[in-house]
Amino acid sequence: METLIFYIFSAILIASALAVITVRNPVHAVLFLVLTFFTCAAIWLMMEAEFLAITLVLVYVGAVMVLFLFVVMMLDINISVLREGFVKNAYVGIPVALIVVFELVAVVGSDRFGLDQVPAPLAHAADYSNTKELGRVLYTEYVYAFELAAVVLVVAIIAAIALTMRRRPDSKYQDPSAQVRVRRNDRLRIVKMAAEKKNKASE
Amino acid sequence: MIDAALTIWNAIPELLQIVIKIVAVVVPIMLSVAYLTLAERKVIGYIQVRIGPNRVGPRGLLQPIADGLKLAMKEIIIPTNANRFLFVLGPIFTLAPALVAWAVIPFDEGAAIANIDAGLLYILAMTSVGVYGVIIAGWASNSKYAFLGALRSSAQVISYEIAMGFALVVVLMAAGSLNLQDIVLAQKGELGLLDWFWLPLLPMFVVYFISGVAETNRAPFDVAEGESEIVAGFHVEYSGMTFAIFFLAEYANMILISVLTAIMFMGGWLSPFAGTMFEPVLGWIPGFFWLLAKTALLLFLFLWFRATFPRYRYDQIMRLGWKVFIPVTIVWILVVGCLVLGNVPPWFD
Repeated sequence: METLIFYIFSAILIASALAVITVRNPVHAVLFLVLTFFTCAAIWLMMEAEFLAITLVLVYVGAVMVLFLFVVMMLDINISVLREGFVKNAYVGIPVALIVVFELVAVVGSDRFGLDQVPAPLAHAADYSNTKELGRVLYTEYVYAFELAAVVLVVAIIAAIALTMRRRPDSKYQDPSAQVRVRRNDRLRIVKMAAEKKNKASE
Repeated sequence: MIDAALTIWNAIPELLQIVIKIVAVVVPIMLSVAYLTLAERKVIGYIQVRIGPNRVGPRGLLQPIADGLKLAMKEIIIPTNANRFLFVLGPIFTLAPALVAWAVIPFDEGAAIANIDAGLLYILAMTSVGVYGVIIAGWASNSKYAFLGALRSSAQVISYEIAMGFALVVVLMAAGSLNLQDIVLAQKGELGLLDWFWLPLLPMFVVYFISGVAETNRAPFDVAEGESEIVAGFHVEYSGMTFAIFFLAEYANMILISVLTAIMFMGGWLSPFAGTMFEPVLGWIPGFFWLLAKTALLLFLFLWFRATFPRYRYDQIMRLGWKVFIPVTIVWILVVGCLVLGNVPPWFD
């Protein structure tokens, strides 16, 4: 049963991953990528990595892909233009693809991975908490790598903000504290006027 | 009697048991959604010194059924240049996450469809998927109003999700668990309602609930719909049942956010009088009733907001999310970290 589910999810995963690079419409491609992430999370869930699986959905599907979709939806792409130059770029593209495939096989080929090299993980009891275990390892054994990743991310955030923070004279930003500070007497003057006499002509 | 019922229950195959549990949760939710629409119209009516719907059935009580029938009978119009498949998928994508999240909600001690360890994370993941429905609907409609609504909605949901996530981080620090049932049990104590997390996490309670209002695209954060600016936003091209599903999803999400707030900050099914002098008198009330009462209170706030506040301007929404809520949550992570380390009674001892 579990094997069957695994193969069904794997088939969906591979099919949707292929669809990401073959469909013509960029919005469809992004949606297929969402499907890919989702199926991937389902497969991780079967491997008892529930924290990673849910985080994958939360971070990639819930945040990253929404921003992707946000940008891609606003693109105005002429697809026929994009398809031109396929042959011209193939001279570079095919060797690069071959090198990547070769490297992947060298690292994760069947002589390094597979059930005879790495035994299947033992199934844990129902009260085993994957999240706690992960946190413990992350903050003890890998704490330096973790901190390093955090520093790199902070640098990236600051760089991104610095690149986009430029003076915009046309921006109509209103200072909320200035708006709150406004008092009635600054803006409004109440004038006392004598009542007008009734005009006979208008009667 | 109970033994006989248990034997029958255990004789049912496991898959069927799960299906029965799901039906037992989803049907009351759908009924609550239907009557929440009536409650909204009545409450806002009385706030605005009107009577509200009172024609269909006694005191207007059959109004939601009449509305549902009307929407079901209407023709579904699909615009000519719309992407048919995604156009139909949009409403489904909004409703499904709103219902899926209910799988881990504990209604009483041990009463949840699935009592999973990463429950809080699961909830956050599922609610964040809900925005796809709005975006897909807006894009597939091939209409500028719908598209603007979708863009606004995605930007808003992304912004408020961060504040929401941080508020949940504070909750899990305080409870020491991602399991929703353990979060409620962590709020159990001798002081009744003073033991709940709303008191030590008061800023988070406010941030979470307001972010929840923003996530559900409700007034005063309903710029995605913005009927006075962009007609009806993302669902302007939808009619009949497809529109009704958007409507159901919005109200189901409201109920979900209210239940979650009740569970995480207001002690879930715990009685507010536990440990006080009223406990012998009110101890017989089942926990589910208290959860229901807290949820109803929070839902009333949703309706009250809508009747009271004008819609936020877009830049004001962004400012509130990024410049007010996120700094507040980051400061409170430090504060709660210190409280937990110091084992401050009565919450963290």
